[in-house]
Amino acid sequence: MRRGLRYSLLSLLILLVACAEPEQPAPELLVYSARKEHLIKPLFDRFTEQTGVVVRYVTDKAGPLLTRLQAEGENSPADLLMTVDAGNLWQATEVGVLQPVESAILNSNVPKHLRGRDNSWFSLTIRARTMVYNTDTLSASDLSTYEALAQPEWAGRLCLRTSKKVYNQSLVATMIATLGEEQAEQVVAGWVDNLALDPFSNDTKVMEAVALEQCEVGIVNTYYYGRLKKQKPEIPLALFWPNQQGEGAQGRGVHVNVSGVGITRASQNKVLAQQLIEWLTTPEAQRMLMDLNQEYPVNPGVEMNAELQAWGLFKGDQIDVSEAGRLQAAAVKLMDRVGYR
Amino acid sequence: MANPLPASFSSSHPYRGMATNGQGFRRLNTVVKVAGIFTVLMAMAPLIVILWSWGSDQTETWQHLIATQLSTLLRNTLVLVIGVGVGVTVLGVSLAWLTVMCEFPGRRWLDWGLMLPMAMPAYVLAFVVLGIFDFAGPLQQGLHAWLGSDYRYIDVRHEAVVIAVLVLVFYPYVYMLARSAFLAQSTDVMEAARVLGANRWRAFFGVALPMARPAIVAGSSLAIMETLADFGTVAVFNYDTFTTAIYKSWFGLFNLQAAAQLASLLLLFVALALMAEKQSRGRRSYTQSGRKQHRFRQQLSPLKAFAATAFCSVVMLIAFILPVLQLLQWVLVEGLELIDARYLNLLWRTLLLGGSAAVLTVALALLLAFSRRRAKARLRTFYDLGTLGYALPGSVLAVGIMLSFTFIDNQLIAPVFEWLSLPPKPLLLGSVFALLAAYWVRFLAVANGPVDSSLQRIRPSIPEAACSLGSSGWSLLWQVYLPILRPGLLTAMVLVFVDVMKEMPATLLLRPYGWDTLAVRIYEMTSEGEWQRAALPALTLILVGLLPVIQAVRQSAGR
Repeated sequence: MRRGLRYSLLSLLILLVACAEPEQPAPELLVYSARKEHLIKPLFDRFTEQTGVVVRYVTDKAGPLLTRLQAEGENSPADLLMTVDAGNLWQATEVGVLQPVESAILNSNVPKHLRGRDNSWFSLTIRARTMVYNTDTLSASDLSTYEALAQPEWAGRLCLRTSKKVYNQSLVATMIATLGEEQAEQVVAGWVDNLALDPFSNDTKVMEAVALEQCEVGIVNTYYYGRLKKQKPEIPLALFWPNQQGEGAQGRGVHVNVSGVGITRASQNKVLAQQLIEWLTTPEAQRMLMDLNQEYPVNPGVEMNAELQAWGLFKGDQIDVSEAGRLQAAAVKLMDRVGYR
Repeated sequence: MANPLPASFSSSHPYRGMATNGQGFRRLNTVVKVAGIFTVLMAMAPLIVILWSWGSDQTETWQHLIATQLSTLLRNTLVLVIGVGVGVTVLGVSLAWLTVMCEFPGRRWLDWGLMLPMAMPAYVLAFVVLGIFDFAGPLQQGLHAWLGSDYRYIDVRHEAVVIAVLVLVFYPYVYMLARSAFLAQSTDVMEAARVLGANRWRAFFGVALPMARPAIVAGSSLAIMETLADFGTVAVFNYDTFTTAIYKSWFGLFNLQAAAQLASLLLLFVALALMAEKQSRGRRSYTQSGRKQHRFRQQLSPLKAFAATAFCSVVMLIAFILPVLQLLQWVLVEGLELIDARYLNLLWRTLLLGGSAAVLTVALALLLAFSRRRAKARLRTFYDLGTLGYALPGSVLAVGIMLSFTFIDNQLIAPVFEWLSLPPKPLLLGSVFALLAAYWVRFLAVANGPVDSSLQRIRPSIPEAACSLGSSGWSLLWQVYLPILRPGLLTAMVLVFVDVMKEMPATLLLRPYGWDTLAVRIYEMTSEGEWQRAALPALTLILVGLLPVIQAVRQSAGR
C-alpha cells in the first residue's frame, strides 16, 4: 500500500511536469470554436499545408467560450472565435471581445448583410431554416409562408423543434424585426396551438415524425434534411421554400442564419488571423465547407454543389443577420409567454 | 442492540487517544487541519463566485420567469427529485440486500453485474432509450410492420420515462454503498433481532436498514444531486427543469448573472435538504461489535429465488445489456474507421485524467474527513459546504471555477510576471492543473461518501490499541488507518474515476489544447443530433469504465 501510494504521487508529479509543454517556434493560431471538430479540422489542415501556419482549436458551446474570452480579457491566448448563429456573433461584438478588420478581400467575398456592423465578424456559411413536408400527404401548393402555419387549418399537423435551440430563437427574432412584436407573438402562438406533438429536441426527430405521418409539416435546417436523405433515400420528405412571393414581409424570403468567425481583441497574431479568415472565404475553402456539411457558401462567386442545386434555388431573407442577436432575448421571452417549450 | 457500545463512547473521535502521543503527532494534526481548511476553501471558491451574482439587479428576468415558467419548472424538478430519490433508494437497497444476504441462481454474476450501469453516462442512456423506443426506433417500427396501419405510434417522451432513465443510471451509487454497508454488517445482529421476536421484515427495517442508513443516504444524495445538476438527459426528452431555466438565461437571454442567481437557489435547496437529513438522523451512531463477523446467506425457496433472479436480471438487462447492444449495432452500421492514432490518444488522455483525478480527489477527501473529525462540532457544517458544488449544473460550476481561476491569474499571477518582466500569460487557465482542480472540486462530494463512511467504521479502540503499543503519527496512518480504509478508498476512487471520464462541461471549458477526452468526442457528435456517430466513443467509454468497476468488485468479493 505504501509503495502504491508513493508511486501514484510520483506519477502525478511527472504528469504535471510533462504537461508544461515547450514553446513551439512555428507560427500558430488558437481558435475557440463552437463548430465541431470534424467540420473544421479538414479546413485547418489544408490551411496549414498551404501556409505552414499551425491552427489549434478548443471546441465548446458558444456560451461558455464567450464567457471564457470575457474572463481572460487582454490575456486571452485565443486569436479567433468561430461559432454558429448570428445571435452568438452579435453578442460577442456586444461584450467587446472581437476587433474590427479592414480587408478588401473580405469585403468583396462576404456580402454586407452577412458581416458584423463594424466588420468585427464575417459569415462563412449560410444555413437556411425552411419547411419540410410529407410528400404522401401534402403537395408544395398547400404551403406558402411561415405565418400561414399559424392558421387554424393546420391544427394538429405541425411539428417543431424546441424553442431552446438558438435556430428557432433567431427565426422568431427576425420575425419580430419584420412583423413587429405583437404580430410575431400571434404567429408563434398559432404555431403552438397547431402542434401535433410536444416540441422535439432536434431537427432529425422532427423530420422522422413528419415522415411517419405524426404531423405533416415541420421547420428544419436544410443540412439535417440532406443528412437524413443520404441515410434513407426513400423517406417521403421534401423541402419547401416559404415566403418567396408577394409584397413586403410576405415575400421576404427564407429565414437564413450563418456560421461565422471574428478576431479576438486580445490576439497577438492579427495578420495571420486575418489571413486565415480571408482564406476561409476563398472558393476552395468555401467548397470544402459546403461539401462537409451541405451549408450554403457565403461567397456569391462560388457555385453550389450538385446536392444543393437539387434542392432548388430560393430567395433568402436579406435582413441584417445581426438583428437576430439584438432581438434574441425578446424572442426567447415571447416564446416563453406563448408556452412554446 | 444495534449499538453495543455506550452512545457517549462511540460518538467520540475515533483517534482521540492519539492526541496525547508526542509532538510529531501534534505537528501532523496541524498540517491536516490547515490542509483541510484550504481544500474546503478551494472547493467553495466557485460557489462564492456564483453567490456574487446577487450583487447585480436581475428583477426583470425574475419577473419574466415568475410570470411564465417558474411554477412548471419547480413542479417538474420536484417530481424528478422525488421520483429519482425514491426510485434509486428502493432499487439500490433491494438489490444490495438480495445480493448480499440471499442466495439465488446467478447471484455471483449479478452481484457485480448490477454495478456495471455505473459506467453508463446518463446522456448516453437517454439517447439510446429514445433511439430504441422512439417512433422511428426498431421497437415501434417492428410493431408497425406487424400490426399494419392500425398501429398508433406512442410518444415515449414522458415524465415517467425521464425518471426511469435517471433511476437506472444513478441506482448504482446506492447499490454500491449499501452493498458495502451490508457486507460490513454481521448477521449476528439480525439473528439477535430474530431471537428477540422480530419477524424478518421488522429485523430488516429495525436493525439492518438503520445501521446502513449513512451509506444509503450518501448514495441517494449523490443521485439526487446528479439529478438536480442534469441537463443532458432532460434535454434529450425536452423536459423542462430548473436547469433548463439556468441555461436559457445564460444562452438565450445572454444573462450569466441571472443564470448564476438561479443556480445559487439550487445550492440553497441542497444545503437545506442535507441539513434536514442530518437533523433527523440526530446523534445516533452505530458501531459494530468487536466479535468475529459471521455472515450466512439465506437460501431462498425456489419460487422466491426465481423471482430474485428475474428481478435482478431485468434491471441489468434494461440498464446495461440492451443499451450496450444498441450502441454496438450503431457502431457496426457506422464502421470503425474513426479508430486511429488520434483515437487512441483520446483514450489515453481520458484514462490519464481519470486516474490522476481519482488519486488526487480521494487523497483530498481523506484529508477533509480527518480534518473534519478533529474539528469542533460547530465547524463541521463548514466542511460540509465543500461538497455542495456537486449539485450545480456542470457548465455553471465550470464557469465558477473558470472565473475564480482567471481572478487568480489576472490579479495574483499577472503582476508577478510583470515584475519579472515576462509577457503576461494565464498560468492556471488552460493548464491541466486547472482541469484536475475542476474535477476534484466537482467530485469531492462523490469521494466524500465512501471515505467518510469507512472512516466511521473504525472503532475508537483500534487506534487506541495501536497507540498503547507505541504507534504514532505517520506510522499510525500508514499501518493502521490505510489498511482498514482501503476498501472505502478504493470504492471512492472507482466512483471518481468513472465520473471524471463521463464528465463533459468542465472538460470542454477548461481542457488545454489536445486534451480531448471520449466525453468531448461524444459531445461533438451529439450536439448536432448525430447520435449514431457518438456510439463508438460512448461504447468505448462504457467499456473502459468497466475496468475499474470490475477491479473494485474483485477486491470486495474476497471479503
